[in-house]
Amino acid sequence: MEKQTEKLLREISEWDGEFKGAYNIRENGQCAGRVSSKNIKITNKEGKPGLEIHIAPGTVGETVSIPACVTHGGVDDLVYNDFYVGENADVTIVAGCGIHTETGEPARHNGIHRFILGKNSKVKYLEKHIGTGHGTGLKSIDPVTEAELGENSVLEMDTAQIGGVDKTIRNTKARLEAGAKLLIRERILTEKEQTANTEFEVELNGKDSGVDLISRSVARDNSRQGYHSVIIGNAPCTGHSECDAIISENGKVDAAPELHAHDNDAALIHEAAIGKIAGEQILKLRTLGMTEQEAEATIIDGFLS
Amino acid sequence: MLKLENISWSAPGGFGVLNGLDLEIPDGKLVVITGPNGGGKTTLAKIIAGIYKQDSGKILLNNEDITDKDITERAKMGISFAFQQPVRFKGITVKRLIELASGNRMNDGELCDILSKVGLCAREYINREVDSTLSGGEIKRIEIATVLARQTQITIFDEPEAGIDLWSFSSLIKVFSEMRRNLKGTLIIISHQERILNIADEIAVVADGRIKAKGAADEMMKTLMNSNEISNVCSKQEVML
Ligand SMILES: Nc1ncnc2c1ncn2[C@@H]1O[C@H](COP(=O)(O)OP(=O)(O)O)[C@@H](O)[C@H]1O
Ligand SMILES: [Mg+2]
Repeated sequence: MEKQTEKLLREISEWDGEFKGAYNIRENGQCAGRVSSKNIKITNKEGKPGLEIHIAPGTVGETVSIPACVTHGGVDDLVYNDFYVGENADVTIVAGCGIHTETGEPARHNGIHRFILGKNSKVKYLEKHIGTGHGTGLKSIDPVTEAELGENSVLEMDTAQIGGVDKTIRNTKARLEAGAKLLIRERILTEKEQTANTEFEVELNGKDSGVDLISRSVARDNSRQGYHSVIIGNAPCTGHSECDAIISENGKVDAAPELHAHDNDAALIHEAAIGKIAGEQILKLRTLGMTEQEAEATIIDGFLS
Repeated sequence: MLKLENISWSAPGGFGVLNGLDLEIPDGKLVVITGPNGGGKTTLAKIIAGIYKQDSGKILLNNEDITDKDITERAKMGISFAFQQPVRFKGITVKRLIELASGNRMNDGELCDILSKVGLCAREYINREVDSTLSGGEIKRIEIATVLARQTQITIFDEPEAGIDLWSFSSLIKVFSEMRRNLKGTLIIISHQERILNIADEIAVVADGRIKAKGAADEMMKTLMNSNEISNVCSKQEVML
């Protein structure tokens, strides 16, 4: 494994020389290490690049890590990873992607993840994306996530991309059966000329299913972000989405939330707020002795935490 | 000593809010500033903290001219200000905000000391975010706690009683009395509360953008309680509490 991969791994995952639990490390489109556990089996996917991850029913408290790293320009990595989570399992999945370039050539990672959650299963999904290096080549990460949530299953997605990635298109789709819950926390910071677009489409198909989608973003310099969420309530269900964005300098944010209530007992709410940092917040922190710049950094840091 | 000389400030529309205000605040005293709503008390506090810049006049701290110092510089020189309407921050926890205020990392015991002074249990609050999930009373107490954590030469509280329930208010009075007893610096409290007026060393009345009256607390209390305008304000506030 390359030194650069190790650096990226430390940033995007819990790697500290090794992983706890099952893992697969993807380095420039190749496998740089894989370990399955008794309950979590990682195998190659047939016919397409990528993995099948089978988590046995009733697996509790285990973690599986599947980081992907691109360490130089000229790589365009496409991968399909399918997760099959057995009934009553309760696990953590750590994904994440780091891209490093020192040249003018573009580097891209496009991870297509599918999650099939069995009845009563619970998954915590952590995904951190970073871009590093001084290369001028365009660094892009385009994740596609599709999730099928079986009855009473819970998927908690925590995703973060705090700068460094030039171009991102994120696409997340989920379908929920009765009693299933989806919680999404997304944080994105763009700066310079970066762009990030995020799309969510959630279908609440079962009785008492629910989604809570919270997106926080900061667009600085000349960067631009787009947010589009679609929540469709086809059953008695609850849906809540919240898009909060801070813009600074010439940053631009376009937010378009959509709610579709197709059942009389669908209760859907959207909240959105876009604007500069509130002047009062800066004043308060300055009265604690911070400079204006320190105050802004503190506010953004907290907002994206 | 803090000294304001002939301070004037007009609101953006041109309306004169402070009109040639003079005020001397001695060291080591608890000074309560009172007076009718809209009289210019908050504006005066913001001028001291540097949040508003006076149109004319001079401000001296320990005989040093700080008229042109900005908010950050004044904060570093030892001026603290607890807002009448506290500011909320998404994603910043109570612990983090108090640490930012004190300038140090703090352990649970230290956080507990400070939060218990404002009637909050540290265990329940340190990991909460200072956002809209906190009630008006809770955010107000946390605001006061941030200022207590700073321990500066001059501390200004703008209507600390507002939004605080009776029980916590009693404990807050205790905190102020205790601060007064061990006073190293100067405490300025803007208040309508008789119980706060009662623990003052000096009282100043601000109305129409000027100091209408000022003096030793016991003298001032006699006149204040006989003056209709002020005692009405006081008794109303007492009932609201
Ligand atoms: N930023 C501002 N813009 C416009 N008017 C203001 C501003 N700040 C204060 N004022 C006005 O100045 C007057 C005094 O306000 P304030 O100092 O808050 O009074 P107090 O604290 O004594 O109730 C009020 O009429 C208020 O509306
Ligand atoms: Mg006021």
